[in-house]
Amino acid sequence: MNDSAVVSAPPAVCAEDIRVIYRGRTVVDVQSVALASGETYALLGASGAGKSTLLRVLGLLERPSRGRVLFDGSPVAARDLVARRRIAAVFQKPYLLRGTVAHNVAYGLRLRGMKSAERAVRVSAVLDRVGLSGWQSRSALTLSGGEAQRVALARALVLEPSFLLLDEPLSYMDPLLKRSLSVEFAAILAGAHVTSLYVTHDQDEAAVMADRIGVMRDGRLVAEGDPDTVLGLPADEWVAAFVGMEPALRGRIVASDDGLSRVECDGSTVYSTVELPVGTRVMLAVRPEDVTLYEADAVLPTGSARNRLDVVVLEVRPQGGSVLVTLQRGGVRFAAAVSRAAASELALAPGRHAVAVFKATAVRMRSEN
Amino acid sequence: MHVYVQAIVDAFALLFSGSGEVWPVIGLSLAVSGTATLIATAIGLPIGYFLGMSRFAGRGSLILLVNTAMGWPPVVVGLFVYMALSRTGPLGDLALLFTPQAMVIAQVILAAPLVAGVSTAAIASVPRDLRLQLRALGASRAQEAVEVLKESRRGVMAAVIAGFGGIISEVGAVSIVGGNIQGSTRVMTTAIVFNVNRGEFGLAMAWGMVLLGIALVANGALTMLQQAGTRYER
Repeated sequence: MNDSAVVSAPPAVCAEDIRVIYRGRTVVDVQSVALASGETYALLGASGAGKSTLLRVLGLLERPSRGRVLFDGSPVAARDLVARRRIAAVFQKPYLLRGTVAHNVAYGLRLRGMKSAERAVRVSAVLDRVGLSGWQSRSALTLSGGEAQRVALARALVLEPSFLLLDEPLSYMDPLLKRSLSVEFAAILAGAHVTSLYVTHDQDEAAVMADRIGVMRDGRLVAEGDPDTVLGLPADEWVAAFVGMEPALRGRIVASDDGLSRVECDGSTVYSTVELPVGTRVMLAVRPEDVTLYEADAVLPTGSARNRLDVVVLEVRPQGGSVLVTLQRGGVRFAAAVSRAAASELALAPGRHAVAVFKATAVRMRSEN
Repeated sequence: MHVYVQAIVDAFALLFSGSGEVWPVIGLSLAVSGTATLIATAIGLPIGYFLGMSRFAGRGSLILLVNTAMGWPPVVVGLFVYMALSRTGPLGDLALLFTPQAMVIAQVILAAPLVAGVSTAAIASVPRDLRLQLRALGASRAQEAVEVLKESRRGVMAAVIAGFGGIISEVGAVSIVGGNIQGSTRVMTTAIVFNVNRGEFGLAMAWGMVLLGIALVANGALTMLQQAGTRYER
């Protein structure tokens, strides 16, 4: 074994000490963000959080006021056309050019001086991939929103970029189309093995698309990690509110036995299947949709749900098709998402007692440091 | 009323009589203003592109300057060009005064701001995100410019037509720097002034009708461009 050969590869794309200032106002202030080769990284945040600006900086479309961008460990700049041509992007609006679908998809290839026969082969192959086989000669301006966005994705993928930028590509779609396209896009990206940056304000979309998520707020990266951790174990109150949860609970592991950790949490006992050494101080959380509520005096069904806590309802908030119920037991606060029917059946209202039931496998947990 | 009817009858007779007097003047008018429009486009379009695309401090003032220049009085421009080209002027050695070239110079100065001003608005209307998209697909600066001009081509053509329309019908500058010399620098507008002074209404009307015809064609084209199609449906 040759030790000197063991050198970890630099990240495919990396930004260091990035600051973007518009008219004296700092809109992006990010110490470091790095994308490993082939991974899809989602930047999640509310509008105006600086996500798209950071995307433009990483995509060499905008010069930051400070900081630098590196591709495979080497610094690159916005005027570097060779570096820029390793990137392709899909934005909110597809902005198709007048002409046929093929004319649009081949645009980047024409810029690179590719011969027309070769272009036709590449265009045909990429249209197959995005589910638009044989659409070459259709007029681009007669397409529906979903079709146009697929053409935009094809136009980017046909370039075989080493870095793909996706700036809220599904935000103008209706919810149904958005769901199906996000699943499709995720599969296409996974198949393309391309390093991708996906900007969105939709946590469900981020969860479907991304290998890793970074949450941005006021220009800063406030949380980063795999989707399960970021969305399931919110690091602070703001992130929790953003992803529709209560902030993570804090506790200490008091026993660990047979794959089950017992955690003392402000006077309550919670079980988790995450194994950590006894004595570890931990953060833990449970997604609202993993919690089931019963009436306080109900006979609970026997089952695998290990956690059964007597709770008091603090707040009941309708949310789309379901109701988000904030619950408290001593210093412990978490939320449950129940159907509207269940909420009215249980007559949920602030002050009412209930029993919250959730599985030990539903409890996300990690060491506090 | 009779005086108009007689003038129009005379005009038609002159236009279709094959008289050697009318058509060379029309030809020179088109040559001078056409050349000036081409040069003004070469100067005004890059300015329009720059002002339409860039965002920088002082851009507003520059646009104001261009818009002001769009309304320069032709006689004043004629005066400045005359002084520059006169024997004691800075360009006196070129001996261009009272030549078609002098008329082209004056008309370029009048038309370039028109081309720049109208094309600035057209180019600025191309969405910034479209340019970002082009760049993000690997377009170089020049390739981006070509695509932006293609997308704003209606407005750019309107700018060129506005430039041409503005100079083909002006008389102040060309009469000062050209001098209305028969067979050399006489164009339609200066000829009209000359013939009216001599009471030759038929001849004046002939050129007037041709000028009106050209204005009609130019404005018709402009209106068509403005009405044709919608842009950026999505």
